[in-house]
Amino acid sequence: MEIGSVKYRIGKSYGFKALVTVFAFACVVPLLFILFFIVRQGITKINWHFLVNVPKPVGEPGGGIINALVGSIEIIFFSALIAIPIGIMAGIYLSENRRGRLAYWCRLCVDILQGVPSIVIGIVAYFWIVKPEFTIHIGFLRLHKSAGFSAISGSIALAIMMLPIVIRSTEETLKLLPSSLQEAAFALGVPYHRVIFKVIIPVGIGGILSGVMLSIARITGETAPLLFTAFGNPYLSYNIGKPMQSLPLLIFNYATSPYDDWKNLAWGASLILLMWVLLLNISTKLITRKWKVQL
Amino acid sequence: METSVENSGVTRSDLPLRVITSTPGAIAKAQSRVRRSFRQIRTENVFRQTLTIMGLLMVILVLGILLTLIVQSMPSIKALGAKYLWGKTWDPVQDVYGALPFLLGTLASSFLALIISIPFSLAVAIFLGEYFPNGWIPDFLKNTVELIAAVPSVIYGFWGLAVLVPIVRTFETHIGVSAIGQGIFTSSLILAVMVIPYAASLGRSMIQMVPSQLKEAAYGLGATRWEVIRRVVLPYTRSGLFAGILLSLGRALGETMAVTMVIGNTSLMPTNIFAPGNTMASVIANEFTEADKPVYLSALIELGLVLFLVTVVINVIGKKIIDRVTND
Repeated sequence: MEIGSVKYRIGKSYGFKALVTVFAFACVVPLLFILFFIVRQGITKINWHFLVNVPKPVGEPGGGIINALVGSIEIIFFSALIAIPIGIMAGIYLSENRRGRLAYWCRLCVDILQGVPSIVIGIVAYFWIVKPEFTIHIGFLRLHKSAGFSAISGSIALAIMMLPIVIRSTEETLKLLPSSLQEAAFALGVPYHRVIFKVIIPVGIGGILSGVMLSIARITGETAPLLFTAFGNPYLSYNIGKPMQSLPLLIFNYATSPYDDWKNLAWGASLILLMWVLLLNISTKLITRKWKVQL
Repeated sequence: METSVENSGVTRSDLPLRVITSTPGAIAKAQSRVRRSFRQIRTENVFRQTLTIMGLLMVILVLGILLTLIVQSMPSIKALGAKYLWGKTWDPVQDVYGALPFLLGTLASSFLALIISIPFSLAVAIFLGEYFPNGWIPDFLKNTVELIAAVPSVIYGFWGLAVLVPIVRTFETHIGVSAIGQGIFTSSLILAVMVIPYAASLGRSMIQMVPSQLKEAAYGLGATRWEVIRRVVLPYTRSGLFAGILLSLGRALGETMAVTMVIGNTSLMPTNIFAPGNTMASVIANEFTEADKPVYLSALIELGLVLFLVTVVINVIGKKIIDRVTND
């Protein structure tokens, strides 16, 4: 231990406590700055017109972001449709098989998947879905065609990003359930799949749901995988086989453009995106508290 | 009626003999019951298999990602070989591809970000883990720090572009380097904010796991609060804190959008930390859709492959450390 008077050591202890407190609360400052700045810039841009119109060309004031809103919702809907069943089933598999070689490798792969940079997922989705060429036969006509940028390829890329979060939260929630629950159901002669669907999933629904919501919150703000898949689209489109705009893509494209009109659109879109993500996160917190799940 | 139920290993004839009045109706009823339980068993097996396939799917997915990256970067690996990694010039027009500027840009921005963020994430971890584990103010701090991770990176980028870049530009004019504003330093600042939550939340749970006997023994010897933290808590949690920092590093290396928006995007070798540059992720984001030559595209994918391998190694090591620490 250091040599020094007791007074000096106690003073030093208090000094470091103050220092730690100051540094800890300094972390909050940038977040508050960002929130404040985005709200201040965005709030004046948002009105009914902004929500129901497509962006205007450069030079014309006004315009809105309906194409990005519709696109974001549609892309996220389809990724959730893909990722939630697969994720929950894989999570159940991991919680039911604590040991075993496949379970070990599966768990490792989920960990790896969680750390993969989103841009790499974008590259891979590009080569799996956008790039492959297929041939259409119409009578004697044969057309070679590449699938091209499409909303569905973006959905698949985002689904890959959702998977680890859904799997992890499902596994962690189900692991905590007492095994007597399952054993009681088995003792009554209930088949395995019905035990899972009627007992295990209903009991663990809080944890599973919060994992799903967290994963949706995470992919809502993802831009990098969409650059090479959904690609963006200045017009309103509902077709999942065609390029589609999404909120983060619109923010990225318009924020880096030199035009003030477009930047204003990006500020409004940022505020909407931020509110969306924060609301999802906060409601997940409330769910977690209500069901007392541990994540 | 001689029906054998395979799974239980019990045949009907093993059961105590009972006299059943076998009307055709009763037989039909019994048969349908047997058929139903067979159907249940079949569904059960199919369900078990589906679960296993889903588990297998994750392994296939990761192997598929690795394989796709390797196959697609093959043209560049063949054409450029290993000197790709330390070539200093990146000039797609002349067909010269050297990734060193991007490797340097990635390493410089990530490590600078780590150095800036460590004091803060450590402070949050100590504050929440040791000084104030309960109460509404620590709860508020914990939730706010978690929200830092929730803000989309494109919003960090936009904010950085609008607010941070002018501030850094003024700062650069004051210290007398070329005042561009966009550059490695700016992106490190943004990255530092973005990676705080990862190290902080892991560090907090590690610090809370320190056995209270150890701390109480130190207090009993007359140690002050700070001496306990410095001599007992931090050494005990050293590897856990290291794992947290490693996970932060993994995040920082792969972060794309915020960095792309504020780093300046030039393929020249960065000369100092204020110079504009490019990271591996940002160059992919910028040039992937513009790559018109097969080797160009494949050189970009090779960057993705390097990025993938590095983050896999970092995450696996971090995970192993966490597993070892939590199982002890």
